[in-house]
Amino acid sequence: MTPLLDIRGYRLAFDGFEGRAEVLDGIDLAVQPGETVGIVGETGCGKSVLARSIARLVEMPPGRVLGGSIAFEGQDVFAMDGRALARLRGHGVAMIFQDPMTYLNPVFSIGSQMVDVIRAHDRAEGRSMRARPAARTRAAELLAAVRLPEPDRLLDRYPHELSGGMRQRVLIAMALSGEPRMLVADEPTTALDVTIQAQVLRLIAELVATRGLTLLLISHDLGVIGALCRRVVVMYAGTVVEDADAGLLFDRPRHPYTRGLLAAVPDLARPDHRVAGIPGHIPNLLAPPGGCRFHPRCPLAIPRCAAEKPGLRDVDGRRVACHRAEEAA
Amino acid sequence: MSVALARPSFSERHAATLRQLRFYVWSFGRSPSSMLGLAIVSVFLLLAAFGPWIVPYPLDGAGAMNLGNRLKPPSAAHWFGTDEMGNDLFSRVVLATRTSLWVGLTIVGVATLVGVPLGIAAGYFGGVVRTVIMRVTDVFLSVPGIVLALAIVAALGPGILNGIVALSIVWWPGYVRLVEAKALALRNEPFVEAARSVGAGHARILALHILPNCTSPIIVKASMDMGLAILAAASLGFIGLGAKPPAPEWGAMISVARTYMPNWWWYAVFPGFAIYLTVLGFNLFGDGLRDILDPKSSRG
Amino acid sequence: MTAPLLEVTGLAKTYPLKGGRAVRAVDGIDLALTPGESLGLVGESGCGKSTVARLLLRLIEPTSGVIRFAGTNIATLSDAALRPFRRDAQIIFQNPHAALNPRRTVFASVAEPLVVQRIASGTELQGRVARLLQQVGLPETFLWRYPHELSGGQKQRVCIARALALEPKLVVLDEPTSALDVSVQAQILDFLQDLRTRFGLTYLFISHNLAVVRQVCDRVAVMYLGRIVEEGPAEQVFAAPRHPYTRALVASVLPPRPGALPDAPLAGDVPNAAEIPPGCRFAPRCPLRMERCTRDDPALEGNAHRVACWAA
Repeated sequence: MTPLLDIRGYRLAFDGFEGRAEVLDGIDLAVQPGETVGIVGETGCGKSVLARSIARLVEMPPGRVLGGSIAFEGQDVFAMDGRALARLRGHGVAMIFQDPMTYLNPVFSIGSQMVDVIRAHDRAEGRSMRARPAARTRAAELLAAVRLPEPDRLLDRYPHELSGGMRQRVLIAMALSGEPRMLVADEPTTALDVTIQAQVLRLIAELVATRGLTLLLISHDLGVIGALCRRVVVMYAGTVVEDADAGLLFDRPRHPYTRGLLAAVPDLARPDHRVAGIPGHIPNLLAPPGGCRFHPRCPLAIPRCAAEKPGLRDVDGRRVACHRAEEAA
Repeated sequence: MSVALARPSFSERHAATLRQLRFYVWSFGRSPSSMLGLAIVSVFLLLAAFGPWIVPYPLDGAGAMNLGNRLKPPSAAHWFGTDEMGNDLFSRVVLATRTSLWVGLTIVGVATLVGVPLGIAAGYFGGVVRTVIMRVTDVFLSVPGIVLALAIVAALGPGILNGIVALSIVWWPGYVRLVEAKALALRNEPFVEAARSVGAGHARILALHILPNCTSPIIVKASMDMGLAILAAASLGFIGLGAKPPAPEWGAMISVARTYMPNWWWYAVFPGFAIYLTVLGFNLFGDGLRDILDPKSSRG
Repeated sequence: MTAPLLEVTGLAKTYPLKGGRAVRAVDGIDLALTPGESLGLVGESGCGKSTVARLLLRLIEPTSGVIRFAGTNIATLSDAALRPFRRDAQIIFQNPHAALNPRRTVFASVAEPLVVQRIASGTELQGRVARLLQQVGLPETFLWRYPHELSGGQKQRVCIARALALEPKLVVLDEPTSALDVSVQAQILDFLQDLRTRFGLTYLFISHNLAVVRQVCDRVAVMYLGRIVEEGPAEQVFAAPRHPYTRALVASVLPPRPGALPDAPLAGDVPNAAEIPPGCRFAPRCPLRMERCTRDDPALEGNAHRVACWAA
């Protein structure tokens, strides 16, 4: 089966005052249609910039692709012309982000913004643009699909009149308007309260199931990832360190970083589990450590780890990038 | 355990500041328009400083008479031509930079010294203090500055000093507005709350926590205002309320020159061009400073 | 029973709006902290928990209520009379980046409490600041650095050092780890636990993260829309919550395990604090709502485990 998304050896750097920061160092990731994949990692691991790369949303410069490729439905994303890119962004990959207010224009009503997006998708698809009333009807349908009450009245309201949870639903409705194949959600509930987070996650789960969407969920929160994803990719300092079925990853993590991460998360149901931090701090990507980027903080590090960068290998039913993955169990 | 600390060397202690400065230079250097602004401002400052020693006819600045040479077009001897008294225009235009510089510095300096303390007080204390300061400021802001300055000069009598006094009086409200907004935002910053929670007094908070964090926007505004203040002073000169001929001042020169337009075009064009370049230079320079010192406000 | 270190009764903060309306950010709460204990204050954004933190430290003025600290009502003291209290109670903020003045060195920030309270100066000041950094696990070389050169966890350690400088009795922690990565959060939580036992500190730990509160706190109080709706031993409140709002909160927590997507336990959004519903303020969203709930406002009742609910 051809993967829907195929990232191979993708390397991305940012050029700045202090030099070149290699924020993604050879990412290999293939996503099959219908999968629900979570990417988890801490600040600076490159998860957000990877998500933006898929829809070619990284500004270049300062960004610079050093190597590798990203293919969506078999097409090289970096070779796309304007038309193909517009189609990719609406119909192929739809994105939602942490702060919905940033992506809504405060001076236009919800309806007029949604109508514009719907008509823009028509054009990107090469169809004739539907009339505004028809687009408005479609917008109301989409708002109903994300369980917003009284969609017709909501269309005439402005972003600031809505709560955070409602705004995120509006963004999800807009994301659905191009009938995308893949939904990329970058920290979609991080700005929301827990009770609202539960509502929005449930909505995303339902939409993924009923519309057959492929989900790529980016989060720092293992709870959010665990709630929605069947497969989990753990990133550290611009590399994928482990990629496994969710059950396997949470029960039997193989990479020392994954284990450190799981040990650091407090669990309400297990109050006796005293959280333990990972000593040290994330590396400076201007001068990343040689070999395995995690080795300076790793309890299992051996001299080889500093000398040789471990590639992703199949170990114990998952892919893991660690020289000592077999021993670490 | 030793109690006294080994005091690190200057470069160690200020490593961050030095790196920050290098970053400023680096990012400033990446913008061609900022560099153009810097170049113009540098030339302006050099001419103001060394003008009397480098111009070909230093005496023409004070208005020497050389009627045999009057209204000559630009030539190798007189690059910008000569005026109706036979003075070398190039010398007069260059000598006028000094007038403009101290006009600009005085107006902006007075405006900063008056506006910043008022703005900080209004923003930090709020309440009645703020209401009073801001309403007075609003009154000044609601009248066009140059019109108010005209009225003041009319009352004080024409002259460059009175022009500066008038412009200084109308210039400070902008700084109150700017600093008030900044101080209002800073007042609720956690680091200010932290200082209050250990019992720090208002004076300490204002001097160490509020003022140092207001400096970037003040520097940016001051550098842009230099150009505008010079333009305003020239305008007063042009309508005869500022500097008086034969003192070398661009506005006053154009004022006289307009009766010689268009046949003796160089007389008006070169001082005008000097004003244009100076205002442009300070604006580009200020824009560049804003990009590095206050990056948030430049991205609309 | 030992006398409480901090006892709050009827604390309220109201912000008047135009048209005679008002935002009741904190609407009459009672709290007590015994010396050495750690009380968690949990709730969602806008429930008033951060306002409580600022009220307790008199960073904002209470509209009404009594704040008794070591026997003295500090709610009405003048700034000058508050000086001794300012040594005994400290605060640590959520965002360590905003809590440090970007224009001042680590040394200047940590030394500020000692300078303001005129406790140390000169070489003695330098020695004390260096020792404080050592206590929070930072090297002496950090003294001359600026905040932007430090990582989030290091900045939070600097803030902790500043809070410890005056050897306080009470530390109010306002979401101290929310801005940090989990691996760093774990370090800081562990460290805060350690400090509490070492210096006999009393904590008021404010957080939206129930799992974090469960790690750090002995007792917990749950706030909703300016009121405490449930309060008791952390173990009991989280294992057997009695208020329907607490139940919903606990049910919304996502454990770090696969496949654990909870049913959305609550519909709708938190109402605006300017339009607090009559009767029980949780009634409009409450699954257990009875007729009485929309009419009478329930009070916090019980002994060790108190709850404000007619259905409990």
